[in-house]
Amino acid sequence: MPTITIDGVHYEVEQGKNLLESCLSLGLDLPYFCWHPAMGSIGACRQCAVVQYQNAEDTRGRIVMGCMTPVSDGAIFSLAGDKAQQFREAIVESLMLNHPHDCPVCAEGGECHLQDMTVMVGHRDRHYRGRKNTHRNQYLGPLINHEMNRCITCYRCTRYYRDYAGGTDLAAMAAHDHIYFGRHQEGVLQSEFAGNLVEVCPTGVFTDKSLVHDYTRKWDLQSAPSVCTGCAVGCNTMPGERYGRLKRVHNRFNAEVNGYFLCDRGRFGAGFVNSDKALEYPGLRQADGRYRALDHHEALLRMAQQCAQGRVAGIGSPRASVEANYLLRQLVGADNFAPGFSDTEQVLVSLALQLQADSAALVPDIATIESADAVLILGEDVTNTAPRIALALRQSVRNKAYELAAELKLETWQDAAIRNLAQHQRSPLFIAAVADTPLDDVATQCLYLAPASIAALGQAVAAGLGGGDSKAATDNAAGALPRAIQAEAAAITAALAGAKRPLVIAGTTCGSAAILRAAAEVASALCSGARQTMLCLCVPEANSLGQAILAGPDAPNLTTLQQRASAGEIDTLVVLENDLYRRGNEAQIDALLAACSQVIVLDGLDNATTSAANLVLPAANFAESEGTLVSLEGRAQRYFPVFQPQAERRAAWVWLLACLKEMERSEVYPLHHFDDITRACAADIPALAGITAAAPDLHYLNLGVKIPRQPARYSGRTAMRANISVHEPKQREDEETPLAFTMEGLNRDQPGALLPWVWAPGWNSNQSVHKFQTEAGGPLKGGTAGARLLHPGGSRNRTNTRPVAGDAAAENSGVSGAQPGLWQLVPRPRIFGSDELSAMSPALAELVSPGFIELCPADAAGLGIDTGDGVEVGDQLATLELRVNDSMAAGCAGYGAGLAGTGNLRALARVSLRRAETWQRRPGLIASDRGAGPGSSHV
Amino acid sequence: MLSSLTSQLRTIWTILQHSFTKAETVQYPEQMPYLAPRYRGRIVLTKDPDGEERCVACNLCAVACPVDCIALQQAVKEDGRWYPEFFRINFSRCIMCGMCEEACPTNAIQLTPDFEMCEYDRSNMVYEKEHLQIDGTGKYHDYNFYRVSGLAIKGKDKGQASNEAPPIDVKSLLP
Ligand code: SF4
Ligand code: SF4
Ligand code: SF4
Ligand code: SF4
Ligand code: FES
Repeated sequence: MPTITIDGVHYEVEQGKNLLESCLSLGLDLPYFCWHPAMGSIGACRQCAVVQYQNAEDTRGRIVMGCMTPVSDGAIFSLAGDKAQQFREAIVESLMLNHPHDCPVCAEGGECHLQDMTVMVGHRDRHYRGRKNTHRNQYLGPLINHEMNRCITCYRCTRYYRDYAGGTDLAAMAAHDHIYFGRHQEGVLQSEFAGNLVEVCPTGVFTDKSLVHDYTRKWDLQSAPSVCTGCAVGCNTMPGERYGRLKRVHNRFNAEVNGYFLCDRGRFGAGFVNSDKALEYPGLRQADGRYRALDHHEALLRMAQQCAQGRVAGIGSPRASVEANYLLRQLVGADNFAPGFSDTEQVLVSLALQLQADSAALVPDIATIESADAVLILGEDVTNTAPRIALALRQSVRNKAYELAAELKLETWQDAAIRNLAQHQRSPLFIAAVADTPLDDVATQCLYLAPASIAALGQAVAAGLGGGDSKAATDNAAGALPRAIQAEAAAITAALAGAKRPLVIAGTTCGSAAILRAAAEVASALCSGARQTMLCLCVPEANSLGQAILAGPDAPNLTTLQQRASAGEIDTLVVLENDLYRRGNEAQIDALLAACSQVIVLDGLDNATTSAANLVLPAANFAESEGTLVSLEGRAQRYFPVFQPQAERRAAWVWLLACLKEMERSEVYPLHHFDDITRACAADIPALAGITAAAPDLHYLNLGVKIPRQPARYSGRTAMRANISVHEPKQREDEETPLAFTMEGLNRDQPGALLPWVWAPGWNSNQSVHKFQTEAGGPLKGGTAGARLLHPGGSRNRTNTRPVAGDAAAENSGVSGAQPGLWQLVPRPRIFGSDELSAMSPALAELVSPGFIELCPADAAGLGIDTGDGVEVGDQLATLELRVNDSMAAGCAGYGAGLAGTGNLRALARVSLRRAETWQRRPGLIASDRGAGPGSSHV
Repeated sequence: MLSSLTSQLRTIWTILQHSFTKAETVQYPEQMPYLAPRYRGRIVLTKDPDGEERCVACNLCAVACPVDCIALQQAVKEDGRWYPEFFRINFSRCIMCGMCEEACPTNAIQLTPDFEMCEYDRSNMVYEKEHLQIDGTGKYHDYNFYRVSGLAIKGKDKGQASNEAPPIDVKSLLP
């Protein structure tokens, strides 16, 4: 470790870092703007100036940029020297020349890195008397507010947006002091990760638009550590609340999961918490079909009464916590507990779980995905199903660049140099999908194939690598694999075989078990030699994997329940946080609900299932309750209530536990707190034993005190509810978690799972997170949040290795190619809208498109229809708008999974298509509004 | 002995003199005392010289308040101005320290020389915006935040605030 001298003090620092990082890691405050721990240095802002001396005799020294200066043994620097300080102050003064007088009306104020740095360098008085430059703002869509006057031209935004996230529609324009960061013309920012601009930009140029219109300063937000419920990646978040409304979601740093970035579904999709569809009171359906509000006690009595008599069945939910699902399973018994997936998904998620648990390959976290040097994606459009993984993959293709840099002994933080060196050289990324995906621009090759061919391609690659079921592979290679791509299969094989850290990605979205198996075969074929092989199988929802572990492979599915109900074997059905109409055919769900004499639904938002229930109990959403979720990498993570449930809402586990107690079920007598349920579940289900380690229990104290949800400057405490009563009540005590609904306590050095907000003296912005890290950009001091349940690297705690029931049935189609007159339905999920809850967020509503069907031009022409026309799918399954997509595999009909009007469509079903005669074209559509760019190979 | 006697006599003499000075006691409320304009009494919200609400709901007064007795919520008007949707001061907590006035960047919140705020019911001490807002500019007559700020509002476009150059044409190639 090199020893450097800063202002006369010797410090040991880590080799390979730059001086700025090292200073921050040492706890020394050195101002900066353009450096970002995840994006490295470019030396653009000149803010991190320090004086470097040649040797001990040198008294003059010279000014260097901290972020561009590698630390080397014996180097002598001065941070505090007058020259460096004057330089840094002059830099801020020059950045401020044109800065508007906006802080009071700027949504960055109070958490503005520019404010912090200005105070840090001591700049106070303007000397410049000239006029200030001004800019016009742009409309950048419903999510992000633009206020260009506040820019300090640090280039972080374009470096993030273009270089890091692969966006194309934001750039630096014009020159000298005319420079402008925006789009070529007004319009919605196209990147799925645009929201991170809010946190990346050190000023108030890019701010969260919904926050700007219902603003609360950072110091007034009550926050708690939370986990995104948008998809199965399980990014860590810090939602902020004030006056009972969720105001915004910020990233919570987790070195192994989301790092510094979220996707826009996660950042802007939590607004459903404030939805006016949120249920507030229990309701009992009366004879006339209307609901009567009940008080919670009466509701509970009724629920207990109905659950005590007759035969009870329960349907859990992959979007509800492990604990709530566990209690429901206890209530109805394992044999009567359906996990709440659709039938196909249930098979596939169990299969994905089994394949990952059994695989010798590593099940990677997101940070490890970034280290992959060759990637094969089979069938899954990760940008739209597990978005944060796509952002990680965009970093993985840069490993080629880092290799080249290592040869030239360039440090990894030399961002501009490395990009210049590598130009367009990337690590191999192969995508086999039914049509274009947003990652295509960084892919070595994209193959657009029908699902069966994707599986066959995977098998061919596995066979080529000397693994898998080679006979099946050869058969398929002859049959389903078009001759044209046999060469591509060989190229993929070669690339993966040559990699040190190959990664195979597949997922459940495309509905094919064969693809999942093929991916696992490729991974296991790669698991030889010194390679670190990774296998990542995406599942759809926040707790899909946890639900599959909890329910086990033998759990009944929805069809089984419906058959039992129709046979009169179910009297009462309890549905937990699940809109069944998204899980099965309308007719089937209608039949299920109609056959049960009592339907009890616990949910947070009004939906078709709550409307069909006899008794509805309002369940608290993720921001009002605690729970454990198991992410797609098998990481159990805890989310904590940000604020207390409003109205009569209660966490689902509270309702269920109270009901079990009311029923005098002795097994719940020892359960009093949330933690007791977690422990009981861990003890009951061996595969879930690790969930207790997801976060400390409620007895955890940080040096004798709880962890405060409110920052030390939380204001208005004696006025907030003075309109209701001037007598301030005692702050409610949190009896379930180690966090407190107050500003008293200690937010420092606690376990990573308990970080509610970041702030440090002098660092009001989110940049203060480095004060919570072991080193700048490193993991949190208190350890990384979450507990892995699937042991990475296949330590093989095989809990069940039996084949998953009904696996083959899921593939309701042979490997054979297109059948004349029938198209195979393939899901085409969208980041906005395919997920049930985030689609209800007002901020995203505008971006959610209506359902659609995608066909390749030849198929569309054969039907005599074009983009914008209506298509009738099957026998009145759906009528949707057509989008002609040049890249769509022939014989496949993509549908916007989860979007309005697609409820009856099931992945891989063969359906007929015809022109919908009564369809009204939307105005303003032209034939060129279609997907897929040029340059992608279309098979 | 002698000196203590002198001291006693002098004291008696001084007290005697007081019998003929003017009484300091004021017959309040019949007689109103003079309070300087900058006396720190009841708080008001003022308007700018153009008659628009001055407060921009920046929350600085609330965070400056040592007893946390100010609560408000920001909202945005049609014309682009930020304003408080509600603004509440719990005067039963207020200690008239004037920190809010110090903190206010728009001169909106001002303390006035009025201290007569007794109530039998504490809840009457909770003032909402309609009780706080006055029609005039208070002590500071000329300041109008939006004339200085870079935020565009209806009637004041980018480049029209004081000391601002007209908006840059990004597409221009001129230096
Ligand atoms: S960007 Fe920061 S310094 Fe600039 S107006 Fe906003 S809060 Fe103030
Ligand atoms: S918009 Fe923000 S991130 Fe981009 S250059 Fe300006 S200050 Fe930096
Ligand atoms: S990737 Fe998934 S978990 Fe992460 S922020 Fe996006 S939706 Fe949430
Ligand atoms: S400090 Fe002034 S402008 Fe800001 S909220 Fe208070 S009264 Fe309004
Ligand atoms: S942070 Fe070093 S130059 Fe910008």
